[in-house]
Amino acid sequence: MKILVSVKRVVDHNVKVRVKSDGSGVDIANAKMSMNPFDEIAVEEAVRLKEKGVATEVIAVSCGVQQCQETLRTAMAIGADRAVLVQTDEELQPLAVARLLKALVDKEQPGLVVLGKQAIDDDANQTGQMLAALADLPQATFASKLEVADGKAKVTREVDGGLETISMPLPAVVTTDLRLNEPRYVTLPNIMKAKKKQLDTVKPEDLGVDVRPRLKTLKVTEPTKRSAGIKVPDVATLLQKLKTEAKVI
Amino acid sequence: MAALVIAEHDNASIKAATLNTVTAAAACGGDVHVLVAGANAGEAAKAASQIAGVAKVMHADGEQFAHGLAENVAAQVLAIAGNYGHILFPATASGKNVAPRVAAKLDVAQISDITKVDSADTFERPIYAGNAIATVQSSDAVKVITVRTTAFDPAAATGGSAGVETAGAVGDTGKSKFESCEIAKSDRPELTAAKIIVSGGRALGSSEKFQDVMTPLADKLGAAIGASRAAVDAGYAPNDLQVGQTGKIVAPQLYVACGISGAIQHLAGMKDSKVIVAINKDAEAPIFGVADYGLVDDLFTAVPELVSSLEATAK
Repeated sequence: MKILVSVKRVVDHNVKVRVKSDGSGVDIANAKMSMNPFDEIAVEEAVRLKEKGVATEVIAVSCGVQQCQETLRTAMAIGADRAVLVQTDEELQPLAVARLLKALVDKEQPGLVVLGKQAIDDDANQTGQMLAALADLPQATFASKLEVADGKAKVTREVDGGLETISMPLPAVVTTDLRLNEPRYVTLPNIMKAKKKQLDTVKPEDLGVDVRPRLKTLKVTEPTKRSAGIKVPDVATLLQKLKTEAKVI
Repeated sequence: MAALVIAEHDNASIKAATLNTVTAAAACGGDVHVLVAGANAGEAAKAASQIAGVAKVMHADGEQFAHGLAENVAAQVLAIAGNYGHILFPATASGKNVAPRVAAKLDVAQISDITKVDSADTFERPIYAGNAIATVQSSDAVKVITVRTTAFDPAAATGGSAGVETAGAVGDTGKSKFESCEIAKSDRPELTAAKIIVSGGRALGSSEKFQDVMTPLADKLGAAIGASRAAVDAGYAPNDLQVGQTGKIVAPQLYVACGISGAIQHLAGMKDSKVIVAINKDAEAPIFGVADYGLVDDLFTAVPELVSSLEATAK
């Protein structure tokens, strides 16, 4: 069974982005870029399934600019066998990515597609569900546990109020939540090995997908800042302030 | 054209997130209809019909909706989607699960987690963990939207008198199957609807200490309990308590952060709270940058002292 994993190149989660003064977007020109943390969990899970003998091949996919190659090399250093870059300079929105992935699913026929539940840049939380809909596949989002056996996936999901377990026949789409696994550190020998792995590049046109954005960003602004209040010396003062000043208790 | 709100409910009643979503739907212009897709959900449909500002309730019933499986609920929404210009879901775990399926099938973009409706086609939404606000315009015929509930006031749960119409229930798609759930039963208010939240971080040190320190404070204040990602990852608190960018977004009247340093991902989930209190022994912790009242102290002495002071004043 093949597993397809999609990875997105995003501004590193430790970087605090700045809104451009002309309101056209956020300034990411010199920001450190990394693999979206949820996607890293997705790659790790796929690789573990291969190590367990459940999967035979893990294919990492990224959609975006040429530099996404670096992200794909990281995925291969974690253990993906090969990679596909769908290269474009166009701004890619979730529906476009889902349509690109659908085309690759048709081509590669994976038994399982694993994606991060959300990217930490646009915070959209859409692509996995959209792919499942377009490919007419069952979905299990926000996974915290995944078991694959006998042509089925049993997935524990993080939902409001607790956990829910569902099962679905393969092929299926799974999106990862934070507690599915803890991704391994990539080692230097594996980084070297990843450089030799196969990385194919295709264009959206090759897949017959129109990736033009549907949503137009009119402007990007700073959120209203919350300023620091005061320090109180002790519990008694805190309590008194909450009662008489803030009047919240 | 009317706007359709997909109700979040437990078959017997409507969950609070639905009320905020109704307010966002009304701001899109046009009538507001509510879809209740459930199993023996007559009571929930009746409750939905009483929400102020709702013109009509569509009720689809069947065992296939008992657990809100995404494939079945999405199919039901799609069955009636043609009548609507806007389809809105609360940005809860279930809304986020279903909405993109609907959008993709309709071949339209989804607008996630909106915090403001500027006009029928223009919306504001936070990006980069709330460090920037994007104003986006959709040219699609149908706007599929998830609503950040804390950004909209709840519609009144009573006062409306909408008619309830039965919608033909779509069949079971048979794609996925519900197996089991572990939903913590608690007498505490729901995290996303609570007026007061007390939240604990990694500094609590263990699940026992998390319980021992945070529970009395929550009890005393009638508060919900939250946690930082670090505390959840360490196993001190269950996943459904996580507040932050990828957890729950909350905006209570009072948020008390105990032993939480204040990573931007955590702040993204609570910085719209009315009053924020931070208790942390590290005076440099970023949480103090957003706190109205900061107390630099060891939480293991400060929190119990707070509890006993609250007890003393209650007498």
